Amino acid sequence: MIQFNQVSKQFKNVQVLKNIQLDMNAGDRIALVGSNGAGKTTLIRCLLGQYNHQGSVRVHDLVPRENRELVLRHVGFVPQLPPPLKMPVEQLIDFSAKVSHADFDRIVHVAERLGLNTAELLKRPFVKLSGGQKQKLLISIALGRDTDILIMDEPAANLDPEARHIFFQLLSEKPKDTIMLISSHRLDEVAALVNRVIEMDCGEVILDDHVEDLVDMTSQLFCRIGVLKEEPAFVKAISEWGFTETVDAKIWEGVVAGPDRLRFLGMISRYAGLLSSITMNDGVK
Amino acid sequence: MNTSTTTIDANIKKMDEQAKAGNMGVMKHLWLTAKADMIESLRSRWFMVYSGIFGSIIILLFVFGLTESRVMGFTGLSRLLIAYIQLTMAILPIFVLITTVRSVAGDREAGVFEYMLSLPVSLSAWYWGKMSGRFAVIFLPVITAMLIAVGVGILKGSDMPWAMVSYYSGLLLALSWCFLGIGMMISSLARSSDVATGAAFVSWLVLIMFLDLILLGVMVQEGMPMETAVSLSLANPLQVFRTAAMILFDSQLVLLGPTAYVILDNFSVNGYLAFALIYPVVIGTVAASIGYWKFKNSDLP
Repeated sequence: MIQFNQVSKQFKNVQVLKNIQLDMNAGDRIALVGSNGAGKTTLIRCLLGQYNHQGSVRVHDLVPRENRELVLRHVGFVPQLPPPLKMPVEQLIDFSAKVSHADFDRIVHVAERLGLNTAELLKRPFVKLSGGQKQKLLISIALGRDTDILIMDEPAANLDPEARHIFFQLLSEKPKDTIMLISSHRLDEVAALVNRVIEMDCGEVILDDHVEDLVDMTSQLFCRIGVLKEEPAFVKAISEWGFTETVDAKIWEGVVAGPDRLRFLGMISRYAGLLSSITMNDGVK
Repeated sequence: MNTSTTTIDANIKKMDEQAKAGNMGVMKHLWLTAKADMIESLRSRWFMVYSGIFGSIIILLFVFGLTESRVMGFTGLSRLLIAYIQLTMAILPIFVLITTVRSVAGDREAGVFEYMLSLPVSLSAWYWGKMSGRFAVIFLPVITAMLIAVGVGILKGSDMPWAMVSYYSGLLLALSWCFLGIGMMISSLARSSDVATGAAFVSWLVLIMFLDLILLGVMVQEGMPMETAVSLSLANPLQVFRTAAMILFDSQLVLLGPTAYVILDNFSVNGYLAFALIYPVVIGTVAASIGYWKFKNSDLP
């Protein structure tokens, strides 16, 4: 469905992409990882037909640069940084829905599932929303359309645990043959969402690997964490995951979205010396 | 393949077929982009300042009793309109140039282009829609302020100079389009808002410099033929507006001195009035088209 054939991109004297050769097929859920300046955003912009480049990019056998409308009709995109648009949320949804031939109400419905109070937000300027609200809205616009390619740049970075769980659910509702390209600095942020990892460094693909795909995106883990004593930093961190204390702030309980397990364990590992017990049960309390 | 996949495939195929058949409507996308840009601009600080300036000019002209004064036989609304058009010509070009390049190049830098151009909107609809929306937003305050002045003048019992109001409306339209086109071109050619702002300022400065009759006088003194010097000044849209505004109340162009002979011999009064409307529109359209060509063929964000 997507083919990069010897794609190179140069800005003045800096070679940002070097002979990228990639195929992305139906059903691929790809983590595009790499440090800043690795070339992730440039690769995405070439795919969206926004950059001139050497070599060729083809989406459904079409060149994005020459067939913008036809190609972009297939693509839902969530940028890393929300654009500073002053227009009201309602206008942004209306514009996006009309140019994409999507349904306004369907986008609003997705936004509400992600926890946005749209009745209150529709008249507010987009730029005045919080970081999390902007992210949820852009995800809603991308997921509220009929697309078979999703390109997301750090999509869940600003989402709270509850919204992340719903976001994973929404992804799981997309047809199985949808291509998802999820860009992130860190693999643990997106590892459980994907079945393929592409790592970039200095404009080159240095790793392209398929990974086990056993995690159900809609699954939830009931977790019970025991700690030796009350530690303010830990309390703050665990509370952000929506956990509540049960006994003298020494037992904490909460629910973690299945695809978020690695990220959660990464957080917990920072307090390893404080832990007395950990229980994680898939779907049962 | 499950049912939802089939439905989505069918929807996408339907959209592809519609797009291929040209049914999606470039005009519809152009209108949507223009509307979005208008809404965006109406909420910008520059628009409030811009509207405030032209509103204030009209208020000040009335407060200082300009309608009661007399210049070259002109009084009442005609006198006010002459003052208004002269002030507008001084303010509008630089304001349109700077705000256009700052907001368009600024949008590119801030990631607005990256997101909005990831949606399936054609580049022509986006560019020309943006220009149309911007044109409405810069033209409306200027023309509204003038029409309010006319309305107030009529209520105060002044005679209505219909021919002058109509022509000045056309002149304001041409002036706005001309400098908006130049602004759009600079925005496309410059890659950063700082460079774009600098380039806009320099462009305005060059036009102002060639307005200078002393400079033209020096050129003539240095042996440049009079016709060449006048042609040079007539290539300058600012000078074209200035002369056209003047010609309505000074049909012999006495204020211009000997250069008036070249203009009147080559154009006649009516011919020059028509030229002053058409030429700036052509300049604006050509500049905007160069901007579009550059925009379409270079990296978008």
